[in-house]
Amino acid sequence: MRNPIREWPLLRQLQSGDSLARGEAVKSRHTENLGNRAAEADQVVKSVCPYCAVGCAQNVYVKHGKVVQIEGDPDSPVSRGRLCPKGSATLQLTTGDAREHSVLYRRPNATDWEQLDLDTAMEMVAEKIVQTRRDTWEWESEGARVRRSLGIASLGGATLDNEENYLIKKLWTALGIVQVENQARVCHSSTVVGLGTSFGRGGATTFPGDLQNSDCIVIEGSNMAEAHPVAFQWVMEAKARGATVIHVDPHFSRTSAMADTFVPLRTGTDIAFLGGVINYVLENERWFRDYVLAYTNASTIIDEDFRDTEDLDGVFSGFDPVDGHYDYESWQYEGAPVAAASGNRDRYSETHGNGQAMRESAHGESSGSGGPSVQGEPRRDETLEDPRCVFQILKRHYSRYSPEIVAQTCGVPEDVFLKVCETLCANSDRDHTSAFVYAVGWTQHTVGSQYIRTACILQLLLGNIGRPGGGVMAMRGHASIQGSSDIPTLYDLLPGYLPMPHAHEYEDLQAYIEADSAEKGYWGNMSSYMTSLLKAWWGPAASAGNDYCFDYLPRITGAHGTYDTVMAQLEGKCKGYFLMGQNPAVGSANNRMQRKGMANLEWMVVRDFSLIESATWWKDGPEIETGEMRTEDIATEVFFFPAAAHIEKDGTFTNTQRLLQWHHKAQEPEGDARSDLWFMFHLGRLVREKLAGSEDVMDRPILDLVWDYPTSGPLDEPSAEAVLREINGKGPDGAALSSYEQLRDDGSTSCGCWIYCGVFADGVNQADRRKPREEQNWTGGEWGWAWPANRRVLYNRASADPDGNPWSARKALVWWDSAQGRWVGHDTPDFKADKSPSYVPPDDAKGPEALGGSEPFIMQADGRGWLYAPAGLADGPMPTHYEPQDSPFENSLYGQRANPARKTYPHPDNRYHPSGDEPGADVFPYVVTTYRLTEHFTAGGMTRWSPYLAELQPEFFCEVSPELAAERRLEHAGWATIATARGVIEARVLVTDRMTPLKVHNRTVHQIGMPFHWGPNGYAKGDSANELAPMSLDPNAHIQEDKSFTADIRPGRRPRGPARLQLVEDYKRRAGVTAGTGVRP
Amino acid sequence: MSRPEPSLLSSVRGQGDPASDVYEEHPPRMGFFTDTSLCIGCKACEVACKEWNQVPEDGLNFTGMSFDNSEGLSADTWRHVAFIEQRKPIADSQANFQHTGATVIDLGLDSAPGGLDTEFRWLMSSDVCKHCTDAACLDVCPTGALFRTEFGTVVVQEDVCNGCGYCVPACPYGVIGKREDDGRVWKCTLCYDRLGEGMEPACAKACPTNSIQFGELEELRERAGARVEQLQHAGVSDAQLYGHDPHDGVGGDGAFFLLLDEPEVYGLPPDPIATTRDLPRMWRSAAIAAAGLIGAVGASFAGRR
Repeated sequence: MRNPIREWPLLRQLQSGDSLARGEAVKSRHTENLGNRAAEADQVVKSVCPYCAVGCAQNVYVKHGKVVQIEGDPDSPVSRGRLCPKGSATLQLTTGDAREHSVLYRRPNATDWEQLDLDTAMEMVAEKIVQTRRDTWEWESEGARVRRSLGIASLGGATLDNEENYLIKKLWTALGIVQVENQARVCHSSTVVGLGTSFGRGGATTFPGDLQNSDCIVIEGSNMAEAHPVAFQWVMEAKARGATVIHVDPHFSRTSAMADTFVPLRTGTDIAFLGGVINYVLENERWFRDYVLAYTNASTIIDEDFRDTEDLDGVFSGFDPVDGHYDYESWQYEGAPVAAASGNRDRYSETHGNGQAMRESAHGESSGSGGPSVQGEPRRDETLEDPRCVFQILKRHYSRYSPEIVAQTCGVPEDVFLKVCETLCANSDRDHTSAFVYAVGWTQHTVGSQYIRTACILQLLLGNIGRPGGGVMAMRGHASIQGSSDIPTLYDLLPGYLPMPHAHEYEDLQAYIEADSAEKGYWGNMSSYMTSLLKAWWGPAASAGNDYCFDYLPRITGAHGTYDTVMAQLEGKCKGYFLMGQNPAVGSANNRMQRKGMANLEWMVVRDFSLIESATWWKDGPEIETGEMRTEDIATEVFFFPAAAHIEKDGTFTNTQRLLQWHHKAQEPEGDARSDLWFMFHLGRLVREKLAGSEDVMDRPILDLVWDYPTSGPLDEPSAEAVLREINGKGPDGAALSSYEQLRDDGSTSCGCWIYCGVFADGVNQADRRKPREEQNWTGGEWGWAWPANRRVLYNRASADPDGNPWSARKALVWWDSAQGRWVGHDTPDFKADKSPSYVPPDDAKGPEALGGSEPFIMQADGRGWLYAPAGLADGPMPTHYEPQDSPFENSLYGQRANPARKTYPHPDNRYHPSGDEPGADVFPYVVTTYRLTEHFTAGGMTRWSPYLAELQPEFFCEVSPELAAERRLEHAGWATIATARGVIEARVLVTDRMTPLKVHNRTVHQIGMPFHWGPNGYAKGDSANELAPMSLDPNAHIQEDKSFTADIRPGRRPRGPARLQLVEDYKRRAGVTAGTGVRP
Repeated sequence: MSRPEPSLLSSVRGQGDPASDVYEEHPPRMGFFTDTSLCIGCKACEVACKEWNQVPEDGLNFTGMSFDNSEGLSADTWRHVAFIEQRKPIADSQANFQHTGATVIDLGLDSAPGGLDTEFRWLMSSDVCKHCTDAACLDVCPTGALFRTEFGTVVVQEDVCNGCGYCVPACPYGVIGKREDDGRVWKCTLCYDRLGEGMEPACAKACPTNSIQFGELEELRERAGARVEQLQHAGVSDAQLYGHDPHDGVGGDGAFFLLLDEPEVYGLPPDPIATTRDLPRMWRSAAIAAAGLIGAVGASFAGRR
């Protein structure tokens, strides 16, 4: 019984040592009984942050079935318990009141939403799928069997679980829907091509934690401290150990603040910059000779018909200016053709348009796990003197990239440039390694894939690949965007980077395999991977007799990427659309065309947390505001389904270091909110029910599909574990497989994604492993599971010399232990464990057996890193500097200004600017780049509605130098209007020293920087930067160039209403913009 | 830095271990060492603090003050990240700018000493309640809402505070503030509810680069001393500690900092003095005066008889 007298503060004051009542004596009962909601939680559930791709582990505290706190998990070797502001705001994101919990429905031509119950909505959507699919079904297209519907498309997946992406791709494919895309297309698709063709796998070669071992870190095309703050701690560790950090970027960001050297450069010129470094390395003989000779294709001889850009003033041999494509026949290894865009040589010319369809599609991405296949044995010159060897060709190609050219093109003074070269070289040798960290500052260009290739070439020359503290660290952006590329929800790929079959190219499974599989290397087992996938999808219905249902796969006939889908929507060909956790009305280039495409749909389904711009454009989008469209005239039927958050479902994310981490469900979703796993599974169930008993052959793939995942709980939630087990693969007895080496092509194994085989090894969910970091070494190999086969630093065989000894003790990673007869070390060897360094394959060896003991790039057909890519890229075997689509400058290197093979979309709403010396170029004299801020996340759907984040960066702004502000009379903290031929937007103005003028081509150029997180909806509102960006794509990955374009800026707010459109027209008129402006070549 | 004067109330001046005056037994003094040389300005601290303590958001306001839209510590902002853009380097860092003379705001001043048009640095710092050894807010609180915890920190008891607001002008740093719609004052508690359960404060846990370091104050002060020396050896001549000195006007802070420039640059008072520091002396003077007056009056009466 508490005694109030005894508790009287005055009495306590007199009785205790606290005579002045400043401590003990004045503690109230409430204070004495202070607990905290984390300590008092019923359980702590292990999860992973849903924002960026660092994959910080989260501890989710649950009380009475509700999540009450989310904070970092200190056990994680990835994050050490830390979280950035977004991760720290996860509680508000998931449990705050900005989330929708009811299904909303917009009738055609209606002016507002209405309520709709979930079951009815699901029924309606399933019916729409069945109807539209039937109405737009095509068995053939231009004489080729396609078995598909281009009437429905789907976008989204990078924020979803691997299991969800898997069901999305599986269901749509079985329904014949090929236009399946996600954020990976617009974000890091060029990474897959760039890294894949260089090394054999299209993912980051190392992990952020390994950066602590670097002697020098170059961060370029990345704002790592803002986009990946928790991963940045490893850069800080490197700094603490004495590493030099260099940041190369158009704007000085919070990353630059931590760098020893900041190098401002003109956006869009990194190939010139890195090409300059390559030239320096070669001219000054700073390349790591032993490494280059043994581990790269430097000595390989190239076909005598090859002509370089040096010979043809900016193009390579084989360019067809009419269709804008390259025939890479002359780029080949001499005597050993490479089948990259696939099809062996005979078939290649058989396809209609001379392989045009093949070249149209972004085929380079199938290098994501397994580089292009080489037929035969190429000739080599180990002295590296033959003028046709790769080394000499490379040298000649980059000989033009002098320090003066770098200064002229990039705006980087020669002495600054040379200092970077020297620092990098001084930190790259046997005892030292340097790393490159990059992100979309490199990928989102018309030469994005080549940007990455340049870094790969440099790192190979310096001998930094596969070694601790080295590598090329691609920093991807969304929680599971690596997964949505691996699984994938991409139109041109099947799980594990198997290519989506083209019409014509592959009449049957055998032809398909032959076209792409390699004689040497792991790609040699392609038939096993493909057959196992088909068995996973069609189970008992797939047998040797029917080619394992290979015919069930719809075919692609060219490019069906997200931007092509927008064009198809505008043309009325694509009628139905699914958006799942993606907001293209803000996140994609040329927002206007995205919205106009959607306005032309018959129906669309949006799944998200809140009413994002891509859900409400018909009601309050910019076209309504300008009067260009009237809500009542828009016939698009819109469904909004509230989505479950990551804490409301089980599943795996794959982060930027290829690490799969399982996150556990902590609470049930509320109201109508459901996981995307639930949505896809039940949608599939409903569609199958509707089509049950159909005798139409077109329905066989969907009816024969394996779609029997067990469900449980009050919501009939399908089992994510069952899906992951299917992805992992099963043996003939149904037991979980442990390695893709166990896959067979005789129908006895099934596997949903061969590169993920092993995630459920021994029947244990390896992605759920949580061994604390203090109990293991820095690679953290027992936390989660990374593909391939849990290797953390890829190509780590290259950390040892050809004899199997580390290049130096300081940089030891894996090495050959001859006593044990195995490779041992700090990481899982990325090599056959018992293959000795001296192993020489017999002449008739095939597949992985055909690789020698000193060929570290095991996914490359010739086992080597590619300095020169004989195939796999649509725009050249070596990177060349080209100006961006919109640029104030001519190309200082060649007559060919922009990438001749880039993909352009002539359309009245997608006009390009006059560039270089073209008349009218001066109407858009300023160079624009876009970037992230740490407080917000991509298109803003997960941050602009969260007050704790919105208040940190409340308004859209642009950053300009004091010089530009003076030139255009812009007021600090005032307003500015920024204009391109695509649109005009307004932004607050931040005049800052962090934007510097540059001297390019002997004149001053100003850059304008803008974060791209805003849109008109949410709590923090503003115009969207991507209103300004054009659709002009890299030809390999079909990724847009939104990191470099031109614009004009003037003080004041933009016009409202029709005057807004008029202003755009005025600009176009003044610049003389026509349908032909800027269209290639 | 001025020393606190010996006084009748000198037992109140903890001289480095404020908890010992008010607790018979207590754990070691805990505090923050915020090493701003490691700060990347991400504001995870601001958000983690608000999330944990359910601090209300305080409005959307684009300030134009670099990336600082939080403006300062208040009842609704308990961690505040400041951003300062300067035209000078950190040690021998190179920014390689090409500025030609125009400045962001033209004050008619020369650029910073030694500053060139190519040089630049961006200072970032997470500010917080200092949990002073000689806490004026604690001194003036009439209700006992503000109290010294066993960890040596200063915390407001929200169930006791009557909103009198005396503490608001008392704080030499301008940290504590009143929520108008609520009536009470609020400030950083150094996550008192977490310390009690053996958990570290939310901001320190979240900080991606370990700029915010939490631990025993004595150990932190040693660590900070070594760090500032290391930085100075590396050429960061501006590196200095702030609030570490037990002999300063507040008896040293429980939350102290490593800054890369003078405190004023960060909006911090260069010589913070507990506003109640002179109270004992003032009261003594008043007492002496009163005694003298009474004595004089008494003497004047005594003389009559």
